[in-house]
Amino acid sequence: MTTKQSGTYFPAGVVEEFLPRIGRVVEIKDQQLAVFRASDGTIFAADNHNPHPKGGPLAEGIVSGHYLYDPLYDWKIDLTTGLVQAPDNGQVQMYPVKVENGQVWIEI
Amino acid sequence: MNGKKEKLVIIGNGMAGISTVEQILKLTTRFDITVFGTEPYPNYNRIMLSYVLEGSKTLDDIVLNDLHWYQDYGITLHTGTTVTRIDSDTHEVVTEDGTRFPYDKIIIATGSNSFILPVPGHDKEGVVGFRDIADCNVMLEAAKQYKRAAVIGGGLLGLEAAKGLVQLGMEVTVVHLMQDLMERQLDPQASAMLKAELERQGIRFKMGAQTSELLGGERVEGIRFADDTVLNVDFVVMAVGIKPNTAVARESGMEVNRGIVVDDYMQTSLENVYSVGECTEHRGVCYGLVAPLFEQGMILAKHICGVETAPYEGSVVSTKLKISGVDVFSTGEFIDSPEHTVISHKDDWKRTYKKILLRDNKMVGAVLFGDITDSAELQKLIKQQTEMTEELYGSLMGTGCGGHKKTTSVETMPEDEIVCGCNGVTKGTIVDVITNQGLTTVDEIKACTGATRSCGGCKPVVEQILQYVLGDSFSSGAKQGICGCTSMGRDEIVAEIREKGLQTTKEVMNVLGWSQPEGCSKCRPAINYYLGMIAPDTHEDEKESRFVNERMNANIQKDGTYTVVPRMYGGVTTPADLKRIADVSVKYDVKAVKVTGGQRLDLIGVKKEDLTKVWAELDMPSGYAYAKSLRTVKTCVGSQFCRFGTQDSMAMGARIERKFERLDLPAKFKYAVNGCPRNCAEACTKDIGIVGNDGGWEIFIGGNGGIKARLADSLCKVKTDEELIELCGAIMQYYRETGNYLERTSEWVERMGLEHIRSVVVDNLEERKALMQRIEFALEHVEEPWQKAIRNEEGQSKMFHGIEVSARP
Repeated sequence: MTTKQSGTYFPAGVVEEFLPRIGRVVEIKDQQLAVFRASDGTIFAADNHNPHPKGGPLAEGIVSGHYLYDPLYDWKIDLTTGLVQAPDNGQVQMYPVKVENGQVWIEI
Repeated sequence: MNGKKEKLVIIGNGMAGISTVEQILKLTTRFDITVFGTEPYPNYNRIMLSYVLEGSKTLDDIVLNDLHWYQDYGITLHTGTTVTRIDSDTHEVVTEDGTRFPYDKIIIATGSNSFILPVPGHDKEGVVGFRDIADCNVMLEAAKQYKRAAVIGGGLLGLEAAKGLVQLGMEVTVVHLMQDLMERQLDPQASAMLKAELERQGIRFKMGAQTSELLGGERVEGIRFADDTVLNVDFVVMAVGIKPNTAVARESGMEVNRGIVVDDYMQTSLENVYSVGECTEHRGVCYGLVAPLFEQGMILAKHICGVETAPYEGSVVSTKLKISGVDVFSTGEFIDSPEHTVISHKDDWKRTYKKILLRDNKMVGAVLFGDITDSAELQKLIKQQTEMTEELYGSLMGTGCGGHKKTTSVETMPEDEIVCGCNGVTKGTIVDVITNQGLTTVDEIKACTGATRSCGGCKPVVEQILQYVLGDSFSSGAKQGICGCTSMGRDEIVAEIREKGLQTTKEVMNVLGWSQPEGCSKCRPAINYYLGMIAPDTHEDEKESRFVNERMNANIQKDGTYTVVPRMYGGVTTPADLKRIADVSVKYDVKAVKVTGGQRLDLIGVKKEDLTKVWAELDMPSGYAYAKSLRTVKTCVGSQFCRFGTQDSMAMGARIERKFERLDLPAKFKYAVNGCPRNCAEACTKDIGIVGNDGGWEIFIGGNGGIKARLADSLCKVKTDEELIELCGAIMQYYRETGNYLERTSEWVERMGLEHIRSVVVDNLEERKALMQRIEFALEHVEEPWQKAIRNEEGQSKMFHGIEVSARP
């Protein structure tokens, strides 16, 4: 799974609608995304689906730098690649994000 | 390989036999394994019996392989069954009741027994060895009934037994034949320091005393010594040595000296019969310590599985005393003789002693007292007979101009060398989990391999291996910090926050040099708590550093919905409130309504975006079912309605709950209040349990019914309601100030000690008042979180509501 797919950019609101380091769910085309604003301002969009076999959401995790600690099982996930960090493994589908004039765009 | 498996029989279910089995299981599945053990337990860690006696561990804690483990590997275990003989003609083992089991191969691992001095009276009641759980139980029982104990034998085991008995409240005299304690492991200098330290801890000594007779009727009443003096005691522990348990070997006609004679591959004189551990004699040596048995077991496992292995050539043994607060270590040769070059440093003020012995400039032995941080390093250097150099000298003895980097010899350590002697974990295994499973901290390695799980003595070496394998990517996480982001412990961090006036988690992490600048899911919530505890008036709570449940003020379920629990003070509600709860539940279509274990109602399955509406319509305070805070006060009916009740437990429960709700604590916190000693609200499993009686209340603390059950300890009795509230406040505040984040009171009470807590909150009236003032101050700054969220509309939508994007880009 990678983020390489050419889709369409959708406007997902302005930057201020996302609290720093507190995730928020964005729904685009029946797709649930967990969107995070890191403390350096970078915005990440992940499929809001926990890679753990028991599933669950991701949006409520703890954000540290560009890592996410998932809210249910405490797995550490690299938000730049979606890769679950050892000793666990798995990958979350990430979606490209761009910010223009304070507007957040997510590519699906 | 159906039905074609070779039958491997292990005689002895102790550490040696089972660790060999563990090694074999790693190499092959070709054996059908049957284990016979005389004791009625699964495999447990015998070297930790001292901790059980001392009270810091329970029997369950020291089980190494539980019954599931045997099942999982298809091993047949016969506990409480002694094998008496091997019939090599028919290839069968014979048990005490005459049953026969066929074998292809046998491993004898029967360990050793306590050596009981054959003096007159040695068979009296009240005389035991110190070898197994049964002995341990006898000692625990004796301590309840009797006062005066003697331990015969001032060696390792004897001293550990003595300390345990002192801890259990007995008056203990150690009787030792020699003038020096632990003379087989320590030199006279270290021995004298040890004796002084133990005397400080309450152990008495009678040195140079030869026991000639045990006096008394059926039960022992005293010891007579060779000089005709008498020591009056009602309990005697014999810890004068061990004797290899060779009964089965003798019965089977095998070659036995002191122990069962084996060659360098643990082969006995009988074909297909091997022996390992304390029951064996290898090159004339019987070992009585744990490390050699792992080394033997590993070679035997390889040999038996047909894997090529180097022969066993004997072990360099080292000793560590397992008594809290007394650090003693020795390894290799420790008594100096003219052929040795001796490097030593004794410091009477710091009460430390360090001695290293060289022969032909090679390190051959060492003794440490007081500070044993170098023990792992020295053990390794001595095992390899390392040549002493200027640099090594500098790093070991701490002289010269400093700045020497400690040399890492883990690089040259062979792969199959055992790093963790307690659990038999090799360097190879550790390197493997670091490289193949990506582990980066000692804690992860501990969870995965068991290394450092028991005594912890090997932790420095595990750290060095980690450092060596990871190279530059090694972070100081391996040290004992509160998490992988820092090497600092809880107390250090709290002290730094107070001293430097740090205000935010970010400041703490920047100033104290966190390896991950924004911390992790372990340290961020902890630091947020410590900051709030230290400065309740000025600290701004960081929602982003809270675990989801606390951030959302509801409990997340695995499907992403939430559980809402309104307060019901003291477990009491009203018909009107019940009706409202029912109406809201229907309106928001909750999936289940459940009565909790703490006398409240769970509304399970509320959608995140409905949370604030549900709270608003309930119009009740949050029950904090998600929080590290006061959760619930369980009550019985009490004097209002119960015919036995002497105190109004419902009213007191509600009063306590209203008084202390909402305050952040290190971990969740539960109360129970009972109207009479029938204890219907189960005070014994609560953080604070209160039992009413005719003249007042009795307070219990540190109970837990959860993951690790613990019965609460009685702290004190009080006469008035006001005193009760004051003590509750003082206990909670003292716990807030000294507890580690996520540490339940059950662990806290054990760590701090009940006596200590009592001395602070009960005996010291001034301190109690001061604690009460500090908790009152903190309580002034708490706020109802549901109401707060409802009022904050903007934050509410960002926190609780998603964003829907139209399908058109």
